[in-house]
Amino acid sequence: MPEPSAPLLETRALTCVRGRARLFAGLDLTVGEGELLHVAGANGSGKTSLLRILCGLSEPESGEVRWRGQPARSVRDDWRGGMLYLGHRNGVKDDFTPLENLHASAAIAGERIADTVLLEALVDIGLAARLDVPARSLSQGQRRRVALARLLADTRSALWILDEPFTALDVRAVAVLAAAMAAHLRRGGALIYTTHQPVDIEAERRQTLNLDDYAC
Amino acid sequence: MLSLFVSVVRRDLLLAWRRRSDVLTALGFFLLVTSLFPLGVGPEPEQLSHIAAGVMWVAALLATLLSVSRLFESDEADGTLEQMLLSVEPLPVIVLGKVCAYWLLTGLPLVVIAPLIGLQFNLSADETLIVCATLLVGTPSLSLLGAVGASLTLGLRGGGALIALLVLPLYVPVLIFGAGALDAWRAGLGIQSHLALLSAVLLVALAVCPLASATALRIAQD
Repeated sequence: MPEPSAPLLETRALTCVRGRARLFAGLDLTVGEGELLHVAGANGSGKTSLLRILCGLSEPESGEVRWRGQPARSVRDDWRGGMLYLGHRNGVKDDFTPLENLHASAAIAGERIADTVLLEALVDIGLAARLDVPARSLSQGQRRRVALARLLADTRSALWILDEPFTALDVRAVAVLAAAMAAHLRRGGALIYTTHQPVDIEAERRQTLNLDDYAC
Repeated sequence: MLSLFVSVVRRDLLLAWRRRSDVLTALGFFLLVTSLFPLGVGPEPEQLSHIAAGVMWVAALLATLLSVSRLFESDEADGTLEQMLLSVEPLPVIVLGKVCAYWLLTGLPLVVIAPLIGLQFNLSADETLIVCATLLVGTPSLSLLGAVGASLTLGLRGGGALIALLVLPLYVPVLIFGAGALDAWRAGLGIQSHLALLSAVLLVALAVCPLASATALRIAQD
C-alpha cells in the first residue's frame, strides 16, 4: 500500500545512459505534494530522458524511481493514474478538431471528462475561435495549446510532468498555463517541468535541479 | 475496458474516414493483383478456377502486409503512442481496438469484394462462398499477426522489408488452411476441418498477438 506521508515521487541513485553516452549519474530527487521542480540543464544534458524515466516510458540504467514511498514498478497502475505526462510531441491528430482530440486523449488515458469541461478548457486556453477546424490548419502554438488544454481539464493527476510546455506559446497562453500550474500546486499537486524560458509560476515550495551538476 | 475498446475502434475509424484515400490502397492492391493473374496466366476457365483460391489468398496476404506497417506509425509520430503507453488502461486492449478497426478497414473489404474477383476466375457460387468464408475467418489473423510485426519494426529504418521477413513465415499456416479449403471441398472432403483450423489460429492470435504487440511497443519506446 502507498504510504500517505511519503513524498509523491523520489528517485535514488538514478543513472541514465543513452546510446554510448552516460548522461547523468547518482541522481536523487524528491518531489512532494504542492511542490514545483524545475529541471534545468544544457541541451543534451538529459532533461527529456530524465522526464521519460520519471513517468515510466524509459528504464534507467540503474537506480530506482519510487511513487508514494513504493518502488514505482510495483504500484504501476497507481503511478500511471496519478501522473500526467506531456512530451515534446503533442499527441494531437491532424484530422481531428481540438475537441475531438481532447476527447480521444481522455478516452485513451482512461479518464472520463464531460464535454463541457473539455470545451471550457479549450476556451480558457484561447482556442474559442478554432473549435471546429481540424488541427492540421492550426499553427504550431495552437496545436500545443490543444495538448495543454488536457491540463486545464485534469483533476485526477497528482503529478504533472511537462517537457518544454511553453514552447511555441504566445504571451497570453503562457500566462494561462502558468496560472493553471499555480492552481494545480495550490490543490496539492506537484509539477516537474523543463523550460528554457523564464516563466514565473507561483509556488510555495520550489526547487531547481540542474542536470549539468550530475553530468559524467 | 469494453468502453475503452469501443472508443479506440471509433477513433481509428473516424480518423480513417477523414483520410479515405489511405484506406483504399490495400483494397486497390488486392483488386489489381488478382486482376493481373487472368491477364498473365491466360483465359482458360479451368486453369483460372484452379488457381483462384491461392491467388486471392496470396493477394490478401500481400495487401495486409502493404498496409499493416502503418498501423502504429502515425500514433508514434505525433506522440499519441506515448499517451497510450502511459494510460492506466491495459495497452493490449488499446492494441486490440486498433487492430479491430484496421481489420474493418482493410480485411473486411477484401471479403466483401471477393465474389467480384471470383467471377474473374470462373468460380461457381458455392466456390465463391467458400473462399469468402475462409477469408472472413482468416484475415483477422493476418491483421493480428501483422500488428506484432508492425510494433516490432516500429521506428526502424527499412522496417517495411523487415516486417515482410518477420510476418510472412507466420502467415504460412493461415495461407495453407485458407487456400486449401477450396481444394478439399472439390475433392469432396468438406471444409469444416479447414475452417476449424483457421478459427483455432484466430483464437490463438487473439489471445497472444495483442500482448506480444503491446510488449514490443513498450520496448520500442524505451
